[in-house]
Amino acid sequence: MANLTPELEAERKRILAIAKEHGLDFFEVIFEMITYDQMSQFAAYGGFPVRYPHWKFGMEYEHLSKSYEYGLSKIYEMVINTNPVYAYLMEGNAMMDQKLVMAHVYGHADFFKHNVWFSQTNRKMMDDMANHAVRIRRYVDRYGQDVVEDFIDKCLSLENLIDRHSVYSPTSIVPKEQVVPQDRPFMFKYEREYMRDYINPPEFVAEQRQKAAAEEAKRHARFPLQAERDVLKFLLNYAPLDEWQQDILSIIRDEAYYFAPQGMTKTMNEGWASYWHSKLMTQKILNDSEIIDFADHHSGTVAMAPQGYNPYKVGIELFRDIEERWNKGQFGREWQECDDVREKKNWDRKTGLGRDKIFEVRKIYNDVTFIDEFMTEEFCVKNKFFVYKFNKRTNQFEVDTRDFKAIKAKLLFQLTNFGQPIIKVLDGNFENRNELLIGHVWEGVDMQPDYLNETMKNLFAIWKRPVNLATVMDGEGQLFRFDGEKMSHIKMNEEKPPATSGEGDGNTP
Amino acid sequence: MSIKEDQNRFRDIIKGKIKQDFRRFVSHGEMIGKREKDFVKIPLPHIEIPTFRYGPKQQGGVGQGEGKPGDGVGEPGDGQGQAGDQPGEHLMEAEFSIDELAEILGEKLELPNIKPKGNKNIDSSKNKYSGMAPVGPEGLRHFKSSYKKALKRYISAGNYNPENPVVIPIRRDFQYRSSKPTVKPQTRAVVIYMMDVSGSMGDEQKEIVRLESFWINAWLRKHYKGLETRFIIHDAAAKEVNEDTFFKTSESGGTLISSAYKLCQEMIQRDYPVNDWNIYPFHFSDGDNWSGEDTRLCVQLLREFFIPNCNMFCYGQVESKYGSGQFLKDLQKEFPNEEQMILSQIESRDKIMDSIKDFLGKGK
Repeated sequence: MANLTPELEAERKRILAIAKEHGLDFFEVIFEMITYDQMSQFAAYGGFPVRYPHWKFGMEYEHLSKSYEYGLSKIYEMVINTNPVYAYLMEGNAMMDQKLVMAHVYGHADFFKHNVWFSQTNRKMMDDMANHAVRIRRYVDRYGQDVVEDFIDKCLSLENLIDRHSVYSPTSIVPKEQVVPQDRPFMFKYEREYMRDYINPPEFVAEQRQKAAAEEAKRHARFPLQAERDVLKFLLNYAPLDEWQQDILSIIRDEAYYFAPQGMTKTMNEGWASYWHSKLMTQKILNDSEIIDFADHHSGTVAMAPQGYNPYKVGIELFRDIEERWNKGQFGREWQECDDVREKKNWDRKTGLGRDKIFEVRKIYNDVTFIDEFMTEEFCVKNKFFVYKFNKRTNQFEVDTRDFKAIKAKLLFQLTNFGQPIIKVLDGNFENRNELLIGHVWEGVDMQPDYLNETMKNLFAIWKRPVNLATVMDGEGQLFRFDGEKMSHIKMNEEKPPATSGEGDGNTP
Repeated sequence: MSIKEDQNRFRDIIKGKIKQDFRRFVSHGEMIGKREKDFVKIPLPHIEIPTFRYGPKQQGGVGQGEGKPGDGVGEPGDGQGQAGDQPGEHLMEAEFSIDELAEILGEKLELPNIKPKGNKNIDSSKNKYSGMAPVGPEGLRHFKSSYKKALKRYISAGNYNPENPVVIPIRRDFQYRSSKPTVKPQTRAVVIYMMDVSGSMGDEQKEIVRLESFWINAWLRKHYKGLETRFIIHDAAAKEVNEDTFFKTSESGGTLISSAYKLCQEMIQRDYPVNDWNIYPFHFSDGDNWSGEDTRLCVQLLREFFIPNCNMFCYGQVESKYGSGQFLKDLQKEFPNEEQMILSQIESRDKIMDSIKDFLGKGK
């Protein structure tokens, strides 16, 4: 890794000043210049120089480096949400590209600092990632790579079972000490791992756990008291894991929480950064000879892939749309109630609130609320959105409709909970047999069946007693069960799947 | 570098060396591609850890662009753009050279490397000082390269002063000539393809032979620089042809396999002295020889000439509804334990890989 050349450093200072002039504000940003190979490495590691050992990083690295080698794609920048912010530029890129990237990075840095969904993230994650790696390597040394890796695979299979909205409300951020309790009411502490089975033989554990659960349930009428969306936390507290397994699971959980806001704001974040690199570059930073190159690069980034959803494109267009509308006063009750298309098109009250509005938006919205509030019918039409569906008859994906409401509903659905099914722990002592019952809050789409089966097996490996999942599939309520040997399922009657309180969360922070 | 360890681990899983039960999470694309120039497209392998999720077919999605209801939109992918934080998951296509493909094939089928026999693998290696290395004896120090490196360092650090161009190299800048051994292989190899082109071998059968021979060629080329290939077609009579004709001909006569074997023998005796050449005869047919007597003649030729003189003899029988498939059975009876005699049945295109493994799996 190297520092910037003197020429680039001078540009950086200039761009920094311009960015600040325009109102962007961020923690200190440190740029490093790295080779394309290092870039692939860092990207594979999610932007960090060090991660715990696992083949999934190897796979990502393989894809990225092959992709670069064969000229299929190029990573221009890498920036992570830390304080100070670290950003990486790729050696060998043209000066114009590097300037664009720096402007883009400052946009990201501002977003990381100000968007409320990031307010609780751990800005010292650099150290923590390194620490995670050290801890896991220690376990690899002690227990063997295969054992540890197999366990990590199982954790990764469940890593999306967190409560994404808890990242905002500070009260639910549980301090580390509580998440990995030293005392679990159903297990005696043991000094060495080999003593585990003597001091806590499996049957004893199962019996004790059931007793503890029953007592808990008696006290609160059910266990857990409320449907728990942070499934991983529940497992940490109540699954019969060895201490090293608990540690690993808590690491995976922490990392999942760290990355969650990035997943929830991808469109906004990329849109915001693209908006600023475009504005700064065209207005202040480029000299004339670079304009063409810029247009070429920029259009590549925000090109419409014919069937894909491009967060850069959608994000930047939405921000521009918001700015224009608030500059022209195209909002509020009067605007919404206006029926005349031509009047709406020519509406311009010269309110000039656009800039303030976008700064406000980047602060408090996430992708779902962003799209929900600001994606208008006009915007959809202008940007040629459509809904596509898989047609079993023709065995291909096809355009389904251009109806605005359908598009919006589909997009919101995809973005809510990061496009993942909402799953909660319903009962930790199901059927009073120490079995686990989790429920899928069905919102109109079935889960993928083969993945469901495999994931249940992984859940069983951690819970060590039969696991049950209530969901809806093929139009009927089903209760899936894995008992350690085989999968089975029974149809539930017409009643909705067993649910405790807290169904169907809204998305308001 | 720990990412390399992770990468090796990933590759080992893909190859099935470890975690064999993970194979069900591995997705590949088509392996065999058209031979256009030198490149073939292959998707990269991908392992997906199962999670609770919606499948793409279950949910569909939102896209941008042209199209009316009912228009196909192809496989949905991620939008274009740069990797900001977490790159998305998607299959990527990459291009490989034939050589790399042959290597992948070898790994996938676990083909052992060929060890050319006897005195045919005399490699002479010479040392030529054509390379450059950062360490070495002072006598081999290369002044210009070292100076250039030092100069680069100065310029990039901003210390270069054109008025006073003093450049002081440090240890790291020095470059030394280093030798690269150049191997001159003396091994030579020839593949002789023989194909039954009687009426019973249809287009589909010929296509199977073509595909299979393509990969056999690729594999052998990896091990022998300058591989020669000869082609013989036969029905009731045999003749040598060029490659194009080999794959396009369609006769309609009866089938005398011995005609091909005889011609092949002549070719070897005339052009390929057995001591200097690694010889690989391949014969493809649908197994319907004219008579038992002809088959006996073939067996005699095989036993007396081919097996002692060639690295191996390979017979691949393709299925055809006109052929009886008798020849394979006869060979199996006559050569039940002959290591150098490799017999393979190719029922369909899907079995091509298995057949290649039969032929090349012995490391001969």
